[in-house]
Amino acid sequence: MATVDLKDVRKTYPSGVEAVKGVSIAIHDKALCVLVGPSGCGKSTLLRMIAGLEAITDGAIAIEGKVVNAIGPAERDIAMVFQNYALYPHMSVYDNMAYGLRNRGTPRDEIDRRVRATAKTLELDHLLKRQPRELSGGQRQRVAMGRAIVRNPKVFLFDEPLSNLDAKLRGQMRVEIKNLQRALGVTSVYVTHDQLEAMTLADVLVVMNAGVVEQIGAPLDVYERPETTFVASFIGAPPMNLLPVAALPSSITSAAPAGAATLGFRPEDGTFSDHSEQSQLSLAAEVEGVEPVGAESFLYCRHADNRLILRASGRTTVEPGARLAVTIAPEKMHWFDGEGKRLS
Amino acid sequence: MTPRVVFPNKILPYLLVAPQLAITAIFFYWPASQALYQSMLREDPFGLKSSFVWFANFRKVLADPNYLNSLKVTAIFSVSTAAVAMSVALLLAVMADKVVRSRGLYRTLLIWPYAVAPAIAGMLWLFLFNPSIGSLAYLLRAAGIAWDPLLNGTQAMVLVVAAAAWKQISYNFLFFVAGLQAIPKTLIEAAAIDGAGETKRFWTIVFPLLAPTTFFLLVVNTVYAFFDTFGIIHAVTGGGPGKATETLVYKVYNDGFVNLILGDSAAQSVILMVIVIALTAVQFRYVERKVHYG
Ligand SMILES: Nc1ncnc2c1ncn2[C@@H]1O[C@H](COP(=O)(O)OP(=O)(O)OP(=O)(O)O)[C@@H](O)[C@H]1O
Ligand SMILES: [Mg+2]
Repeated sequence: MATVDLKDVRKTYPSGVEAVKGVSIAIHDKALCVLVGPSGCGKSTLLRMIAGLEAITDGAIAIEGKVVNAIGPAERDIAMVFQNYALYPHMSVYDNMAYGLRNRGTPRDEIDRRVRATAKTLELDHLLKRQPRELSGGQRQRVAMGRAIVRNPKVFLFDEPLSNLDAKLRGQMRVEIKNLQRALGVTSVYVTHDQLEAMTLADVLVVMNAGVVEQIGAPLDVYERPETTFVASFIGAPPMNLLPVAALPSSITSAAPAGAATLGFRPEDGTFSDHSEQSQLSLAAEVEGVEPVGAESFLYCRHADNRLILRASGRTTVEPGARLAVTIAPEKMHWFDGEGKRLS
Repeated sequence: MTPRVVFPNKILPYLLVAPQLAITAIFFYWPASQALYQSMLREDPFGLKSSFVWFANFRKVLADPNYLNSLKVTAIFSVSTAAVAMSVALLLAVMADKVVRSRGLYRTLLIWPYAVAPAIAGMLWLFLFNPSIGSLAYLLRAAGIAWDPLLNGTQAMVLVVAAAAWKQISYNFLFFVAGLQAIPKTLIEAAAIDGAGETKRFWTIVFPLLAPTTFFLLVVNTVYAFFDTFGIIHAVTGGGPGKATETLVYKVYNDGFVNLILGDSAAQSVILMVIVIALTAVQFRYVERKVHYG
């Protein structure tokens, strides 16, 4: 039962930067927890604290219920995949994978068996004799994965492992990581700033911003019920439209709960028709640009001084400059207060 | 590849490199050829005339037990100096890498011995270890060691090796510090997660990745011990006691300028020159295709 529990974890760097400001997360056994947030929000710092590479300023981190604050990275029985892979450049692929096992005194024949088995699952068997510099980016990534898997650790930690790959390979590896993690049933913490990666991989999604957790939940729950305007605008591509209540017609604001300052709705939740059908319950919007991406098209519009994005499925006949009437079903409306917190 | 520059004029390129060629010819090739010429001459005992003897001087020098002794002394001296200078520098560099506060100051302090002239460095060690007045010699004797480098050849060798190595440590230190900094931190972290302790990490990750630096320094240090340590040996032991610390360079000086056997001395210089060329060739070969990782 490898659970990972963070209790009010804080990190202040010697330079005085407060990178993590009190984070509490409980990760279940076998779960894949994804930390997502903008650059510099403290994701890597948090992950490195779990790994034991960074001292914990305050709070507690427990693995399998045992507090590991004072335990070094070697004894935590974790494996980490780094963004730049950190393969040992002077060792062959085989030795890279065997290194951790050798350090732990695993018998020779067992090392050989495990390395070969892991290499087989990752389709690395024909590369075992190569040096890292003789591999492509994708192959290096696999070796880094192999090095983590072969040790059969309690916890996997990933720090943006796919960010150096091209889009196609990234999509492919994403699926593979997910499947591997499921098959091996190893509790994992995965850091990314790519919300699509976060949505597709996560069992538990943790959205971070400026050193604090904004929201924790299942990916679709977070998508459907963002707790803050930050989460609303960070999760989903394109992001949720956020309009100040002051700019809305009273027919719409009448549905708002008390204290509402911002209305949010997803691009796909705004139905639109021609301007002439403008009714009391709709917003007037002027189309500024159209972006067809194949199965759907995005309309970049303006309402008063605010920009909003609408989604049309398939091809659209709407042209830039067109005026639209946008209607939003009341149950698809998200209301936020002046501090950006969700209402109701 | 850098683009090739094509000069329309045929003579201009030669004019442009002429000053460089002239300097090399006057200050390098001419003296070198003179040494080569000298090495094949033999002067009569009164220095009135000299005769051309082809390779007789070389045969004589290579058959001379004193010369062979000096070869052995040079080998021992160079290997020990390079080994001591490099291992101490590596140790200091590894420790300096761990210093968090006032790193710069620590490094600067370790670098300044490089600015001390060899003769001064030699004098410094000579005074410290002088059997009659040296403070460290006094401590050694107090510790029960019969310290007298003026009589004991091995101790004299230890003393010159120490002085020569001391002088070279700063240089090696600089390169090792740079080499250590070039090793990505994530590799060390990955090794730590992989369960390697500090010592293990050093020998399995850091040291192999420092190999290009180490090799480069090995060549530089050997060349240094061969040729740049004349001042130190001259100041500390003068090649003695006996011929216990007489290296090849020192013997060239002794035979040529003290004993005025110019032919022998020139022949020795030529042999030395061949050794330098060989060492430099090795160095260039490896520096050119310095092991590239990653
Ligand atoms: N060693 C350090 N010393 C001082 N400050 C640091 C150090 N490492 C990170 N920081 C600071 O801590 C904050 C969080 O950094 P962190 O690397 O955790 O961000 P991140 O969320 O991983 O960002 P990214 O997505 O760009 O990798 C940043 O403001 C950063 O400048
Ligand atoms: Mg990061």
